[in-house]
Amino acid sequence: MYFVTPRQLIFPGDVIATTDSKVEGPVYVDNGRYRSLVVGLVEFREDGVVVVPLEGTYKPKKGDVVVGYVTDVLATGWEIDVRSFMPAYLPVSEALHRHVDLETTPLTTFLNVGDVVIAKVKDVDLTDEYPIILTLKEERVGKVESGTVVEITPVKVPRLIGKRGSMLNTLMEVGCDIIVGQNGRVWIRCRDTRDEVFLATLVRKIEAESHVMGLTDRIRAEVEKYKTQRQQGAV
Amino acid sequence: MKKPPVPLLQNGVRADGRAPDQMREVKISVGVVSNADGSAMVSYGTTTAVAAVYGPREMHPRHLSLPDRGVMRVRYHMAPFSTKDERKSPTPSRREIEISKVLREALEPAIVLEQYPRSRIDVFVEILQADGSTRVASLTAASLALADAGIYMRDLVIGVSVGLVDGTVVLDLNGLEDQYGEGDLPVGYMPNLKRFTLLQLDGAWTREAFLQALNLAVRGAEYVYQIARDALKTKYMSIAEEIYGR
Repeated sequence: MYFVTPRQLIFPGDVIATTDSKVEGPVYVDNGRYRSLVVGLVEFREDGVVVVPLEGTYKPKKGDVVVGYVTDVLATGWEIDVRSFMPAYLPVSEALHRHVDLETTPLTTFLNVGDVVIAKVKDVDLTDEYPIILTLKEERVGKVESGTVVEITPVKVPRLIGKRGSMLNTLMEVGCDIIVGQNGRVWIRCRDTRDEVFLATLVRKIEAESHVMGLTDRIRAEVEKYKTQRQQGAV
Repeated sequence: MKKPPVPLLQNGVRADGRAPDQMREVKISVGVVSNADGSAMVSYGTTTAVAAVYGPREMHPRHLSLPDRGVMRVRYHMAPFSTKDERKSPTPSRREIEISKVLREALEPAIVLEQYPRSRIDVFVEILQADGSTRVASLTAASLALADAGIYMRDLVIGVSVGLVDGTVVLDLNGLEDQYGEGDLPVGYMPNLKRFTLLQLDGAWTREAFLQALNLAVRGAEYVYQIARDALKTKYMSIAEEIYGR
């Protein structure tokens, strides 16, 4: 039995359902009731309800693609800021495909402080000195050479991607490379930097209005408008 | 005991014109400090507290972090200009250090710190205006700021104070009643779970007065809780209005 309605705004401690229902997201059980742990929205899916938080920090999971900044060069790897509660670690063995003699080659020849990397979370182990281990040995990851990085709240990332990637596909129509890091950093690269600026504004807009109905349609309209304007400007 | 400059209670009316079971005007706004991950400002009449939450973030120095859960640090501080008479020294006093600890212990039962191992959550509370009940206003502000930061909480914690004035139980003490009253009882209450997280008491109370005060505190907290919910709602609904209001 559910005590909430679709898209209802809920607060910490609010009752969502009885424990025989299916509830996902940040909830806890108290006295036979699912209660919310966050300020969030309730979404009804076919197989139950999901609590979508409206604020929060990034919690790394194995397999996440993240956009990180190199913050330190260590003896056998790099420290990477991924906006989590702990810095992540990228070991040399996970960054390069060939063997490197660390005694003769400084690590800064590959990555230096301030560099931007797109990486995959290889493992999260809270008993390690560095609980988050990253890898670059995957497809579509590596050092970022050009483009723009926009930061949004990590909880808004699912909205930016949309149902089965619908929102992201709309943004892709501008004709750019976009990679959405699960940590709320979005990398955009276009041939024309004006397109990057436009997309960055759209990403910010999605973040601000993520809980307002009809967002996908509004964004689609803006993309169409921009594309026509761009065509006319080019002619 | 010192005599108050004005009678605290006359014919069931308090010095500031309130009924014994009446709160001062409660004003709450969420998201007031844009630098912080979460923030809130709470006013009980002329008492105003601003809370800002940073985190969860990495703990420095590292040896202070805990392997299985996060650490919450609370700093309660009164601004030098917050008091009516003498300028308050900005150095944290014995009292402020104690209230910081009391607030932390009142918030901890509500927060799921196990979700944030090895990290810390910093809560800063600044009193802009002090006129009694500052610790409970701080408690409400801090819990709202934590909720605004998206930190997992079992419930909001609402703070209200109850006091004993001329033998009558009164809600939400002001500075005068705090100073000259016979007792005060600050309470932290989780309205959904119906549990207390803070209960302090001074003065001499009868068992009846204490129970009456506790009931009054619950009623007061439920009243404040509704305003707190509306404040959180306003933050998110204002964006919707911006779009559809045009």
